[in-house]
Amino acid sequence: MQHWFNRQRYLIDYTVAAMARQRGKNLGLWLIYTTLIFVLASVILLGSALRREAAQVFQGSPDVVAQGLRMGRHEMSHAADIEKLQALRGAPRVEGRLWGYLYDTSSAANYTLQVPSPHEPQYALQDGEAIIGEGVARLRKVRVGRSIYLVSPAGPFLNLKVKAILPEATALVSSDLVLVSDADFRRFFQLSADEFTDIAVFVRNPKEISKVAEKVTIALRQHRVITKGDVLRTYEAVFSWREGLLLALFAGAVLAFGILAFDKASGLSAQEKRDMGILKAIGWDTGDIVRMKLWEAMLISLSAFLAGFALAYGHVFFFSAPLIEAVLKGWSTLYPRVQLTPSIDGLQIATLALLTVLPYLAAIVVPVWRSAAADPDGVMR
Amino acid sequence: MSTTCRPNARRALPRRGSSLALRFLGVLLLTCLAALAHAAWAQRQVALRPNLSLAMVQALQLTDLALFTEARYTRHLSQADAYSAFQDGPVALEHFPAGSLVMPNRTFPPSGFSDGITLR
Repeated sequence: MQHWFNRQRYLIDYTVAAMARQRGKNLGLWLIYTTLIFVLASVILLGSALRREAAQVFQGSPDVVAQGLRMGRHEMSHAADIEKLQALRGAPRVEGRLWGYLYDTSSAANYTLQVPSPHEPQYALQDGEAIIGEGVARLRKVRVGRSIYLVSPAGPFLNLKVKAILPEATALVSSDLVLVSDADFRRFFQLSADEFTDIAVFVRNPKEISKVAEKVTIALRQHRVITKGDVLRTYEAVFSWREGLLLALFAGAVLAFGILAFDKASGLSAQEKRDMGILKAIGWDTGDIVRMKLWEAMLISLSAFLAGFALAYGHVFFFSAPLIEAVLKGWSTLYPRVQLTPSIDGLQIATLALLTVLPYLAAIVVPVWRSAAADPDGVMR
Repeated sequence: MSTTCRPNARRALPRRGSSLALRFLGVLLLTCLAALAHAAWAQRQVALRPNLSLAMVQALQLTDLALFTEARYTRHLSQADAYSAFQDGPVALEHFPAGSLVMPNRTFPPSGFSDGITLR
Protein backbone atom coordinates (compact mmCIF):
# COMPACT_ATOMS: atom_id res chain seq x y z
CA MET A 1 0.00 0.00 0.00
CA GLN A 2 2.83 2.33 0.99
CA HIS A 3 4.60 1.46 -2.28
CA TRP A 4 1.45 2.27 -4.29
CA PHE A 5 1.02 5.55 -2.46
CA ASN A 6 4.65 6.60 -3.03
CA ARG A 7 4.36 5.69 -6.70
CA GLN A 8 1.27 7.89 -7.08
CA ARG A 9 3.03 10.76 -5.31
CA TYR A 10 5.98 10.58 -7.69
CA LEU A 11 3.54 10.56 -10.62
CA ILE A 12 1.83 13.66 -9.19
CA ASP A 13 5.24 15.31 -8.67
CA TYR A 14 6.05 14.80 -12.33
CA THR A 15 2.54 15.90 -13.41
CA VAL A 16 2.72 19.14 -11.42
CA ALA A 17 6.17 19.89 -12.87
CA ALA A 18 4.90 19.17 -16.41
CA MET A 19 1.85 21.38 -15.86
CA ALA A 20 4.06 24.18 -14.52
CA ARG A 21 6.00 24.14 -17.81
CA GLN A 22 2.77 25.17 -19.59
CA ARG A 23 1.56 27.40 -16.80
CA GLY A 24 -0.41 29.88 -18.92
CA LYS A 25 -2.31 27.27 -20.89
CA ASN A 26 -3.23 25.18 -17.84
CA LEU A 27 -4.19 28.18 -15.73
CA GLY A 28 -6.42 29.50 -18.52
CA LEU A 29 -8.10 26.11 -18.90
CA TRP A 30 -8.61 25.86 -15.14
CA LEU A 31 -10.18 29.32 -15.00
CA ILE A 32 -12.61 28.56 -17.86
CA TYR A 33 -13.47 25.22 -16.26
CA THR A 34 -14.03 26.79 -12.82
CA THR A 35 -16.18 29.58 -14.31
CA LEU A 36 -18.33 27.03 -16.14
CA ILE A 37 -18.90 25.01 -12.96
CA PHE A 38 -19.48 28.23 -10.98
CA VAL A 39 -22.23 29.44 -13.34
CA LEU A 40 -23.95 26.07 -13.62
CA ALA A 41 -23.69 25.31 -9.89
CA SER A 42 -25.00 28.82 -9.05
CA VAL A 43 -28.08 28.24 -11.18
CA ILE A 44 -28.58 24.73 -9.80
CA LEU A 45 -28.23 25.89 -6.18
CA LEU A 46 -30.53 28.87 -6.72
CA GLY A 47 -33.14 26.69 -8.47
CA SER A 48 -32.91 24.09 -5.75
CA ALA A 49 -33.31 26.68 -2.96
CA LEU A 50 -36.26 28.35 -4.71
CA ARG A 51 -37.91 24.98 -5.34
CA ARG A 52 -37.51 24.02 -1.69
CA GLU A 53 -38.85 27.40 -0.54
CA ALA A 54 -41.88 27.14 -2.85
CA ALA A 55 -42.58 23.55 -1.77
CA GLN A 56 -42.56 24.66 1.87
CA VAL A 57 -44.53 27.89 1.73
CA PHE A 58 -47.23 26.79 -0.73
CA GLN A 59 -48.28 24.02 1.63
CA GLY A 60 -50.30 26.87 3.09
CA SER A 61 -51.97 28.03 -0.14
CA PRO A 62 -55.72 27.40 -0.74
CA ASP A 63 -56.56 23.74 -1.41
CA VAL A 64 -58.59 24.60 -4.50
CA VAL A 65 -58.88 27.84 -6.47
CA ALA A 66 -61.78 28.21 -8.92
CA GLN A 67 -61.09 30.78 -11.59
CA GLY A 68 -63.88 32.05 -13.82
CA LEU A 69 -63.38 31.76 -17.57
CA ARG A 70 -65.30 33.32 -20.41
CA MET A 71 -64.30 32.79 -24.01
CA GLY A 72 -61.01 31.42 -22.75
CA ARG A 73 -60.17 34.54 -20.79
CA HIS A 74 -60.32 35.25 -17.10
CA GLU A 75 -63.74 36.34 -15.87
CA MET A 76 -64.79 37.63 -12.48
CA SER A 77 -66.63 35.21 -10.19
CA HIS A 78 -69.84 36.21 -8.43
CA ALA A 79 -71.38 35.80 -4.98
CA ALA A 80 -73.84 33.29 -6.47
CA ASP A 81 -70.89 31.06 -7.50
CA ILE A 82 -69.56 31.12 -3.92
CA GLU A 83 -73.00 30.17 -2.60
CA LYS A 84 -73.07 27.14 -4.90
CA LEU A 85 -69.74 25.93 -3.50
CA GLN A 86 -70.74 26.52 0.11
CA ALA A 87 -73.15 23.62 -0.27
CA LEU A 88 -70.25 21.21 -1.00
CA ARG A 89 -69.53 18.62 1.68
CA GLY A 90 -65.94 18.49 2.88
CA ALA A 91 -65.28 22.16 2.10
CA PRO A 92 -66.05 24.07 5.31
CA ARG A 93 -64.64 27.37 4.10
CA VAL A 94 -65.24 28.98 0.70
CA GLU A 95 -64.12 32.56 0.17
CA GLY A 96 -64.08 34.96 -2.72
CA ARG A 97 -60.58 36.39 -3.24
CA LEU A 98 -60.09 39.94 -4.37
CA TRP A 99 -56.77 40.64 -6.03
CA GLY A 100 -55.59 42.37 -9.15
CA TYR A 101 -52.66 44.05 -10.82
CA LEU A 102 -51.75 47.68 -11.03
CA TYR A 103 -49.02 49.03 -13.25
CA ASP A 104 -47.67 51.97 -11.32
CA THR A 105 -46.38 54.55 -13.77
CA SER A 106 -44.40 56.50 -11.15
CA SER A 107 -42.14 53.53 -10.35
CA ALA A 108 -42.73 51.60 -13.62
CA ALA A 109 -43.53 48.49 -11.60
CA ASN A 110 -46.41 46.02 -11.39
CA TYR A 111 -48.03 45.76 -7.98
CA THR A 112 -50.43 43.10 -6.79
CA LEU A 113 -53.32 44.75 -4.97
CA GLN A 114 -55.14 42.43 -2.66
CA VAL A 115 -57.86 42.44 -0.02
CA PRO A 116 -56.92 40.36 3.03
CA SER A 117 -59.39 37.76 4.24
CA PRO A 118 -61.77 39.11 6.92
CA HIS A 119 -60.86 36.04 9.00
CA GLU A 120 -57.31 37.32 9.52
CA PRO A 121 -57.37 40.03 12.22
CA GLN A 122 -53.62 40.79 11.94
CA TYR A 123 -54.22 42.10 8.41
CA ALA A 124 -57.45 43.98 9.24
CA LEU A 125 -57.54 47.36 7.49
CA GLN A 126 -59.69 50.43 7.75
CA ASP A 127 -60.64 52.31 4.58
CA GLY A 128 -57.71 54.52 3.56
CA GLU A 129 -55.09 52.21 5.09
CA ALA A 130 -52.62 49.89 3.38
CA ILE A 131 -50.07 47.24 4.28
CA ILE A 132 -47.31 47.08 1.69
CA GLY A 133 -44.56 44.67 0.72
CA GLU A 134 -40.88 45.56 1.24
CA GLY A 135 -40.34 45.96 -2.52
CA VAL A 136 -43.12 48.54 -2.82
CA ALA A 137 -41.82 50.42 0.23
CA ARG A 138 -38.31 50.38 -1.21
CA LEU A 139 -39.39 51.61 -4.65
CA ARG A 140 -41.75 54.29 -3.38
CA LYS A 141 -39.43 55.25 -0.51
CA VAL A 142 -42.24 55.22 2.06
CA ARG A 143 -42.23 54.36 5.73
CA VAL A 144 -44.97 53.35 8.16
CA GLY A 145 -47.31 56.27 8.79
CA ARG A 146 -46.58 57.95 5.44
CA SER A 147 -48.98 58.18 2.48
CA ILE A 148 -48.85 56.25 -0.76
CA TYR A 149 -50.81 57.34 -3.84
CA LEU A 150 -52.04 54.83 -6.38
CA VAL A 151 -53.63 55.90 -9.65
CA SER A 152 -55.93 53.53 -11.48
CA PRO A 153 -55.99 53.40 -15.30
CA ALA A 154 -59.75 53.97 -15.01
CA GLY A 155 -59.24 57.31 -13.28
CA PRO A 156 -59.84 56.98 -9.54
CA PHE A 157 -56.89 57.30 -7.22
CA LEU A 158 -56.22 56.05 -3.75
CA ASN A 159 -54.48 58.00 -1.04
CA LEU A 160 -53.48 55.35 1.46
CA LYS A 161 -51.78 55.62 4.80
CA VAL A 162 -49.13 52.91 5.24
CA LYS A 163 -50.19 50.96 8.32
CA ALA A 164 -47.36 48.43 8.17
CA ILE A 165 -44.67 47.03 5.91
CA LEU A 166 -44.60 43.27 5.44
CA PRO A 167 -41.44 41.65 6.88
CA GLU A 168 -38.43 41.40 4.59
CA ALA A 169 -38.16 37.70 5.48
CA THR A 170 -41.39 37.12 3.53
CA ALA A 171 -40.30 39.15 0.46
CA LEU A 172 -40.27 36.11 -1.79
CA VAL A 173 -44.07 35.91 -1.59
CA SER A 174 -44.99 39.45 -0.60
CA SER A 175 -42.56 41.93 -2.15
CA ASP A 176 -45.07 43.49 -4.60
CA LEU A 177 -48.20 43.25 -2.42
CA VAL A 178 -50.36 46.22 -1.53
CA LEU A 179 -53.08 45.13 0.88
CA VAL A 180 -56.09 47.43 0.96
CA SER A 181 -59.61 47.31 2.40
CA ASP A 182 -62.50 45.71 0.52
CA ALA A 183 -64.25 49.06 -0.06
CA ASP A 184 -61.07 50.77 -1.34
CA PHE A 185 -60.34 47.88 -3.71
CA ARG A 186 -63.85 47.88 -5.18
CA ARG A 187 -63.89 51.65 -5.56
CA PHE A 188 -60.42 51.70 -7.14
CA PHE A 189 -61.13 48.97 -9.70
CA GLN A 190 -64.82 49.90 -10.06
CA LEU A 191 -66.15 46.48 -9.07
CA SER A 192 -69.66 45.77 -7.90
CA ALA A 193 -70.25 44.32 -4.42
CA ASP A 194 -70.82 40.74 -5.65
CA GLU A 195 -67.71 40.42 -7.85
CA PHE A 196 -64.57 38.50 -6.90
CA THR A 197 -61.33 37.75 -8.73
CA ASP A 198 -61.60 34.03 -7.99
CA ILE A 199 -62.79 31.65 -5.30
CA ALA A 200 -60.63 29.88 -2.69
CA VAL A 201 -61.94 26.59 -1.32
CA PHE A 202 -60.47 25.02 1.80
CA VAL A 203 -60.90 21.27 2.14
CA ARG A 204 -61.13 19.62 5.57
CA ASN A 205 -59.43 16.35 4.59
CA PRO A 206 -56.39 16.73 2.29
CA LYS A 207 -57.16 13.33 0.76
CA GLU A 208 -60.43 14.72 -0.58
CA ILE A 209 -58.91 17.67 -2.48
CA SER A 210 -59.19 16.00 -5.89
CA LYS A 211 -62.79 14.92 -5.18
CA VAL A 212 -63.75 18.43 -4.07
CA ALA A 213 -61.99 19.86 -7.15
CA GLU A 214 -64.07 17.53 -9.32
CA LYS A 215 -67.26 18.67 -7.57
CA VAL A 216 -66.26 22.33 -8.08
CA THR A 217 -65.77 21.64 -11.80
CA ILE A 218 -69.27 20.18 -12.01
CA ALA A 219 -70.87 22.92 -9.90
CA LEU A 220 -69.20 25.76 -11.82
CA ARG A 221 -68.96 24.77 -15.48
CA GLN A 222 -67.42 28.07 -16.52
CA HIS A 223 -64.61 27.86 -13.96
CA ARG A 224 -61.14 26.43 -14.18
CA VAL A 225 -59.92 24.58 -11.10
CA ILE A 226 -56.37 24.85 -9.75
CA THR A 227 -55.49 22.66 -6.77
CA LYS A 228 -52.69 23.12 -4.27
CA GLY A 229 -50.92 20.19 -5.93
CA ASP A 230 -50.98 22.07 -9.25
CA VAL A 231 -49.36 25.10 -7.59
CA LEU A 232 -46.64 22.91 -6.07
CA ARG A 233 -46.05 21.09 -9.38
CA THR A 234 -45.82 24.40 -11.23
CA TYR A 235 -42.88 25.52 -9.12
CA GLU A 236 -41.32 22.07 -9.14
CA ALA A 237 -41.37 22.27 -12.96
CA VAL A 238 -40.30 25.92 -13.27
CA PHE A 239 -37.12 25.47 -11.24
CA SER A 240 -36.38 21.92 -12.28
CA TRP A 241 -33.06 21.36 -14.04
CA ARG A 242 -34.83 19.92 -17.07
CA GLU A 243 -36.85 23.05 -17.68
CA GLY A 244 -36.63 26.69 -18.55
CA LEU A 245 -33.79 28.77 -17.19
CA LEU A 246 -31.69 25.84 -16.05
CA LEU A 247 -31.99 23.98 -19.31
CA ALA A 248 -31.21 27.11 -21.33
CA LEU A 249 -27.99 27.75 -19.40
CA PHE A 250 -27.08 24.14 -18.88
CA ALA A 251 -27.43 23.04 -22.49
CA GLY A 252 -25.40 25.95 -23.88
CA ALA A 253 -22.60 25.66 -21.36
CA VAL A 254 -22.31 21.89 -21.54
CA LEU A 255 -22.25 22.02 -25.34
CA ALA A 256 -19.49 24.64 -25.26
CA PHE A 257 -17.56 22.51 -22.82
CA GLY A 258 -18.15 19.46 -25.02
CA ILE A 259 -16.54 21.31 -27.94
CA LEU A 260 -13.55 22.19 -25.74
CA ALA A 261 -13.21 18.58 -24.58
CA PHE A 262 -13.59 17.27 -28.14
CA ASP A 263 -10.94 19.68 -29.37
CA LYS A 264 -8.57 18.41 -26.71
CA ALA A 265 -9.45 14.80 -27.43
CA SER A 266 -8.95 15.11 -31.16
CA GLY A 267 -5.18 15.07 -30.89
CA LEU A 268 -2.07 15.76 -28.86
CA SER A 269 0.47 18.39 -29.75
CA ALA A 270 3.82 17.34 -31.22
CA GLN A 271 5.52 18.45 -27.97
CA GLU A 272 3.26 16.24 -25.87
CA LYS A 273 3.89 13.27 -28.18
CA ARG A 274 7.67 13.80 -27.99
CA ASP A 275 7.49 14.01 -24.17
CA MET A 276 5.70 10.71 -24.08
CA GLY A 277 8.23 9.14 -26.42
CA ILE A 278 11.08 10.26 -24.13
CA LEU A 279 9.28 8.90 -21.07
CA LYS A 280 8.84 5.53 -22.76
CA ALA A 281 12.46 5.53 -23.91
CA ILE A 282 13.69 6.03 -20.33
CA GLY A 283 11.62 3.15 -19.04
CA TRP A 284 8.09 4.33 -18.31
CA ASP A 285 5.45 1.89 -19.44
CA THR A 286 2.15 2.78 -21.14
CA GLY A 287 0.24 2.35 -17.89
CA ASP A 288 2.44 4.90 -16.09
CA ILE A 289 1.95 7.48 -18.83
CA VAL A 290 -1.82 6.99 -18.81
CA ARG A 291 -1.81 7.22 -15.00
CA MET A 292 0.24 10.42 -15.11
CA LYS A 293 -2.15 12.01 -17.62
CA LEU A 294 -5.09 10.81 -15.55
CA TRP A 295 -3.65 12.64 -12.56
CA GLU A 296 -3.24 15.77 -14.68
CA ALA A 297 -6.89 15.60 -15.73
CA MET A 298 -7.98 14.79 -12.17
CA LEU A 299 -6.05 17.71 -10.69
CA ILE A 300 -7.56 20.17 -13.16
CA SER A 301 -11.11 18.85 -13.27
CA LEU A 302 -11.54 17.97 -9.60
CA SER A 303 -10.02 21.22 -8.32
CA ALA A 304 -12.07 23.24 -10.84
CA PHE A 305 -15.23 21.41 -9.80
CA LEU A 306 -14.62 21.91 -6.07
CA ALA A 307 -13.59 25.56 -6.49
CA GLY A 308 -16.54 26.29 -8.79
CA PHE A 309 -18.99 24.67 -6.39
CA ALA A 310 -17.60 26.46 -3.31
CA LEU A 311 -17.67 29.83 -5.11
CA ALA A 312 -21.22 29.19 -6.33
CA TYR A 313 -22.37 28.34 -2.79
CA GLY A 314 -20.99 31.63 -1.46
CA HIS A 315 -22.38 33.56 -4.42
CA VAL A 316 -25.93 32.23 -3.96
CA PHE A 317 -26.28 31.90 -0.21
CA PHE A 318 -24.01 34.62 1.18
CA PHE A 319 -24.38 37.28 -1.54
CA SER A 320 -27.93 36.44 -2.85
CA ALA A 321 -26.69 35.58 -6.37
CA PRO A 322 -26.04 39.10 -7.73
CA LEU A 323 -24.68 37.76 -11.04
CA ILE A 324 -27.83 35.73 -11.79
CA GLU A 325 -30.20 38.37 -10.45
CA ALA A 326 -30.03 40.34 -13.69
CA VAL A 327 -31.17 37.26 -15.63
CA LEU A 328 -34.01 36.42 -13.25
CA LYS A 329 -35.05 40.01 -12.96
CA GLY A 330 -35.67 40.49 -16.68
CA TRP A 331 -37.57 43.71 -17.00
CA SER A 332 -39.01 43.60 -13.51
CA THR A 333 -38.49 46.87 -11.67
CA LEU A 334 -39.56 45.25 -8.46
CA TYR A 335 -37.40 42.35 -7.43
CA PRO A 336 -37.56 40.86 -3.94
CA ARG A 337 -34.54 40.99 -1.66
CA VAL A 338 -34.37 37.45 -0.49
CA GLN A 339 -32.04 35.56 1.78
CA LEU A 340 -32.52 31.97 0.69
CA THR A 341 -32.12 29.01 3.00
CA PRO A 342 -29.26 26.89 1.65
CA SER A 343 -30.47 23.77 -0.06
CA ILE A 344 -28.25 21.39 -1.98
CA ASP A 345 -29.79 18.87 -4.31
CA GLY A 346 -27.22 16.04 -4.23
CA LEU A 347 -28.56 14.43 -7.39
CA GLN A 348 -28.22 17.63 -9.40
CA ILE A 349 -24.70 18.28 -8.16
CA ALA A 350 -23.76 14.67 -8.97
CA THR A 351 -25.25 15.14 -12.45
CA LEU A 352 -23.21 18.30 -12.90
CA ALA A 353 -20.06 16.44 -11.83
CA LEU A 354 -20.79 13.57 -14.22
CA LEU A 355 -21.47 15.90 -17.14
CA THR A 356 -18.35 17.99 -16.66
CA VAL A 357 -15.65 15.93 -14.93
CA LEU A 358 -16.10 12.58 -16.70
CA PRO A 359 -16.05 13.91 -20.31
CA TYR A 360 -12.89 15.84 -19.50
CA LEU A 361 -11.20 12.77 -18.05
CA ALA A 362 -12.20 10.76 -21.11
CA ALA A 363 -11.05 13.52 -23.46
CA ILE A 364 -7.59 13.50 -21.85
CA VAL A 365 -7.06 9.81 -21.38
CA VAL A 366 -8.29 8.38 -24.71
CA PRO A 367 -5.81 10.18 -27.05
CA VAL A 368 -2.97 9.69 -24.52
CA TRP A 369 -3.62 5.96 -24.40
CA ARG A 370 -3.51 5.85 -28.21
CA SER A 371 -0.24 7.79 -28.43
CA ALA A 372 1.38 6.08 -25.46
CA ALA A 373 0.90 2.70 -27.08
CA ALA A 374 2.99 3.86 -30.10
CA ASP A 375 6.67 3.04 -30.60
CA PRO A 376 8.87 5.67 -28.80
CA ASP A 377 11.41 5.74 -31.60
CA GLY A 378 8.74 6.65 -34.15
CA VAL A 379 7.20 9.25 -31.89
CA MET A 380 10.49 11.04 -31.14
CA ARG A 381 11.66 11.25 -34.77
CA MET B 1 -6.01 14.17 18.49
CA SER B 2 -2.67 15.85 18.35
CA THR B 3 0.12 15.59 15.84
CA THR B 4 3.72 16.10 16.75
CA CYS B 5 6.11 17.45 14.19
CA ARG B 6 9.57 18.76 14.48
CA PRO B 7 9.92 22.15 12.81
CA ASN B 8 13.50 21.50 11.77
CA ALA B 9 12.70 18.19 10.11
CA ARG B 10 9.74 19.78 8.33
CA ARG B 11 11.85 22.59 6.97
CA ALA B 12 14.43 20.11 5.73
CA LEU B 13 11.91 18.33 3.42
CA PRO B 14 12.11 19.31 -0.25
CA ARG B 15 9.07 21.16 -1.57
CA ARG B 16 7.23 18.54 -3.59
CA GLY B 17 4.68 19.28 -6.28
CA SER B 18 2.47 16.48 -5.00
CA SER B 19 2.35 18.05 -1.54
CA LEU B 20 1.24 21.37 -3.01
CA ALA B 21 -1.35 19.76 -5.29
CA LEU B 22 -2.80 17.47 -2.62
CA ARG B 23 -2.86 20.32 -0.11
CA PHE B 24 -4.71 22.50 -2.63
CA LEU B 25 -7.23 19.72 -3.31
CA GLY B 26 -7.60 19.13 0.43
CA VAL B 27 -8.36 22.80 1.12
CA LEU B 28 -10.96 22.87 -1.66
CA LEU B 29 -12.52 19.64 -0.42
CA LEU B 30 -12.70 21.00 3.13
CA THR B 31 -14.32 24.21 1.84
CA CYS B 32 -16.98 22.18 0.02
CA LEU B 33 -17.58 20.02 3.10
CA ALA B 34 -17.91 23.22 5.15
CA ALA B 35 -20.54 24.44 2.63
CA LEU B 36 -22.48 21.17 3.06
CA ALA B 37 -22.26 21.48 6.85
CA HIS B 38 -23.38 25.10 6.66
CA ALA B 39 -26.40 24.10 4.55
CA ALA B 40 -27.40 21.43 7.07
CA TRP B 41 -26.93 23.85 9.98
CA ALA B 42 -28.90 26.65 8.26
CA GLN B 43 -31.77 24.28 7.50
CA ARG B 44 -31.92 23.23 11.15
CA GLN B 45 -31.91 26.86 12.27
CA VAL B 46 -34.76 27.67 9.87
CA ALA B 47 -36.74 24.64 11.07
CA LEU B 48 -36.49 25.90 14.67
CA ARG B 49 -37.93 29.33 13.81
CA PRO B 50 -41.58 29.91 12.84
CA ASN B 51 -41.92 30.13 9.04
CA LEU B 52 -43.22 33.67 8.45
CA SER B 53 -43.71 33.14 4.73
CA LEU B 54 -45.80 30.00 5.28
CA ALA B 55 -47.97 31.85 7.81
CA MET B 56 -48.43 34.72 5.37
CA VAL B 57 -49.32 32.39 2.48
CA GLN B 58 -51.94 30.78 4.72
CA ALA B 59 -53.36 34.07 5.97
CA LEU B 60 -53.44 35.88 2.63
CA GLN B 61 -54.27 32.77 0.53
CA LEU B 62 -51.28 33.37 -1.74
CA THR B 63 -50.43 31.01 -4.58
CA ASP B 64 -47.26 32.32 -6.22
CA LEU B 65 -43.75 33.67 -5.69
CA ALA B 66 -43.24 37.42 -6.21
CA LEU B 67 -40.16 36.67 -8.28
CA PHE B 68 -41.14 37.62 -11.83
CA THR B 69 -43.18 40.81 -11.54
CA GLU B 70 -42.65 42.13 -15.05
CA ALA B 71 -46.01 40.91 -16.42
CA ARG B 72 -49.20 39.59 -14.90
CA TYR B 73 -48.82 36.10 -16.37
CA THR B 74 -45.30 35.75 -15.01
CA ARG B 75 -46.26 37.06 -11.57
CA HIS B 76 -48.84 34.34 -10.96
CA LEU B 77 -47.48 31.38 -12.90
CA SER B 78 -49.82 28.84 -11.36
CA GLN B 79 -52.87 31.01 -12.01
CA ALA B 80 -51.98 32.07 -15.56
CA ASP B 81 -54.68 31.56 -18.14
CA ALA B 82 -53.35 28.89 -20.48
CA TYR B 83 -55.73 29.70 -23.33
CA SER B 84 -55.01 33.27 -24.34
CA ALA B 85 -52.81 33.58 -27.38
CA PHE B 86 -49.71 35.78 -26.98
CA GLN B 87 -50.74 36.77 -23.47
CA ASP B 88 -51.03 34.36 -20.64
CA GLY B 89 -48.85 31.39 -21.53
CA PRO B 90 -45.20 31.76 -20.57
CA VAL B 91 -44.08 30.08 -23.80
CA ALA B 92 -46.19 32.37 -25.99
CA LEU B 93 -44.45 34.55 -28.55
CA GLU B 94 -43.82 37.64 -26.55
CA HIS B 95 -41.09 40.03 -25.67
CA PHE B 96 -40.59 39.84 -21.89
CA PRO B 97 -37.28 38.19 -20.99
CA ALA B 98 -38.87 36.01 -18.30
CA GLY B 99 -41.08 34.45 -20.97
CA SER B 100 -38.05 32.99 -22.69
CA LEU B 101 -36.77 31.52 -19.44
CA VAL B 102 -39.92 30.05 -17.93
CA MET B 103 -41.40 26.96 -19.51
CA PRO B 104 -45.17 26.39 -19.42
CA ASN B 105 -46.77 24.26 -16.76
CA ARG B 106 -47.15 20.85 -18.38
CA THR B 107 -49.21 19.31 -15.63
CA PHE B 108 -52.01 21.81 -15.84
CA PRO B 109 -55.31 20.76 -14.33
CA PRO B 110 -58.43 19.99 -16.36
CA SER B 111 -59.72 23.17 -17.92
CA GLY B 112 -63.00 23.15 -16.07
CA PHE B 113 -65.08 22.75 -19.17
CA SER B 114 -67.68 20.01 -19.30
CA ASP B 115 -65.80 17.93 -21.86
CA GLY B 116 -62.92 17.63 -19.37
CA ILE B 117 -60.17 18.53 -21.86
CA THR B 118 -56.84 18.34 -20.09
CA LEU B 119 -54.15 20.77 -21.12
CA ARG B 120 -50.88 18.95 -21.63
